[in-house]
Amino acid sequence: MTLLVAGAALVGLGVAVALGARARSRTPNDRRIRIEQHVTINRSPEELYRVWRNLEGLPQIMRHLESVSELTEGRSRWTAKAPLGQSVSWEAEITQDLPGQIIAWRSLAGADVKNAGSVSFTALPGARGTDLKVVLAYEPPAGKVGAALAKLFGEEPEMQLREDLRRFKQRMETGEVATTEGQPSGRA
Amino acid sequence: MKALCWYGRGDVRVERVPDPELLNPRDAIVKVTRTAICGSDLHLYDAYIPTMRKGDILGHEFMGEVVEVGSGVDNLAVGDRVVVPFPIACGGCYFCQNDLWSLCDNSNPNARLAEALFGHAPAGIFGYSHLMGGYAGGQAEYVRVPFADVGPFKVPESVSDDQVLFLTDIFPTGYQAAEVAGISGGETVAVWGCGPVGQFAIRSALMLGAERVIAIDRVPERLEMAKQGGAEVINYEEVSSRDALTALTGGRGPDVCIEAVGMEAHGMGAAGVYDRLKQELKVETGRPHALREAILACRKGGVVSVAGVFGGFIDKLPMGAAFNKGLTFKMGQTHVHRYLKPLLARIEEGAIDPSFVITHRLALDDAPAGYKMFRDKHDGCVKVVLQP
Repeated sequence: MTLLVAGAALVGLGVAVALGARARSRTPNDRRIRIEQHVTINRSPEELYRVWRNLEGLPQIMRHLESVSELTEGRSRWTAKAPLGQSVSWEAEITQDLPGQIIAWRSLAGADVKNAGSVSFTALPGARGTDLKVVLAYEPPAGKVGAALAKLFGEEPEMQLREDLRRFKQRMETGEVATTEGQPSGRA
Repeated sequence: MKALCWYGRGDVRVERVPDPELLNPRDAIVKVTRTAICGSDLHLYDAYIPTMRKGDILGHEFMGEVVEVGSGVDNLAVGDRVVVPFPIACGGCYFCQNDLWSLCDNSNPNARLAEALFGHAPAGIFGYSHLMGGYAGGQAEYVRVPFADVGPFKVPESVSDDQVLFLTDIFPTGYQAAEVAGISGGETVAVWGCGPVGQFAIRSALMLGAERVIAIDRVPERLEMAKQGGAEVINYEEVSSRDALTALTGGRGPDVCIEAVGMEAHGMGAAGVYDRLKQELKVETGRPHALREAILACRKGGVVSVAGVFGGFIDKLPMGAAFNKGLTFKMGQTHVHRYLKPLLARIEEGAIDPSFVITHRLALDDAPAGYKMFRDKHDGCVKVVLQP
């Protein structure tokens, strides 16, 4: 979850978590990026909420996240990997926390990159699991840091978020992440 | 270990590769005692399926002995004799829990590729391209089996390897084609293609109560095997299968039409690939016509059940015929896990001995020759079993 990280990484767009738009939008004079992804997970909203609410466990879900430390109530410090062995960090606060329904957060003043995000959990009809929706909004700063962060996110932030959510779903449904890394082949 | 690796069109070789290792807690390692070449392996051999990489280990029909289990596998022990379903299924997703194992949400590490092509990703499959997960296959001395607490099925000593090997794919595949068509008694069923899957579809249709099965192919020994299985046969090189079916069904058409041919072509991906495939198809033996024929031949309100493998796009499907005749289509990769127990029971009670389909046995070292023989249908080849 480069993106979460990123999202988190990037600075507080105020509360520009406009739910509704689907893909990131970007205009020449507007660096704000907004992305949204859904994944259906065969677990209850309550169970998924509990996992996400344990912020310190999020680096297991988000590939580019190094650590999250919970500070005082509702506040946390996030550290993400950045290119060239660097890292970026910021403080965030939870702005909405409804157990089993939604967690929303935004970066605090002083972050290099303003960002905000939310994860919401909606039971699907007919016992078909939970629609987990993640929305991230962030504003990469101009200059070096922004360039580095842009690189961190890559060209396809939705895709990166999607892959992170896919891994999360796999962990929740199977306890592991499907892989072929390390298997034999006839390639020298 | 030794493994059969793919290097390109018509180029498969037995190579020395590293032994597989446990990569996840729910993995097991199986020492392969029997493996087979599947008709769908020929699509790889003929390079019709994109996302293959040189050096990929092939094989999705295999069985053997468990030699190592991960910490997350509590229902298997070293020494267990198992058959392994060709689709890899996690057991925990919506699809697995609804008996739709080949549609598992979680077993394809390259789900993104499949989603781009299909909208959603089906289960990973052993040895069947990176689109289907990129898993090393079982035409090898050893194989890593993911989600080993869900897939591998212990088989009793009372049944031989040859009798149960095909539970991994072709027996359930032929059976599913008949079962999902709703065969329950008295039907007339036509089966296009008398390869191994067609042979099992014929026998399965009869086991399920079909009154007549009419099998269509052009290879004499395959037609003969179909006859032995209880089918009436049509050699489409000698007569028009359309006319013959009309005559044999009093003009009404078969109640169920099973397509067990598939496209020897999978138009996945770019338009260029698609065009190349179309071109290739013109030199094939009318195989792409099987589905169209099935649709046109099927009786009004009947069922067309597709067991043959399709991967991409097909041209000129007679949708008007399908719609106006009110046909039902059933299709899909086989939910092998669903059929292991009931079909093992059929084998144990003597209702069927799946080893009938084996025509050739080779050492793993001779697998490249086996592929060539199977593809060219030389020497009466219907099914090749390899013994590592």
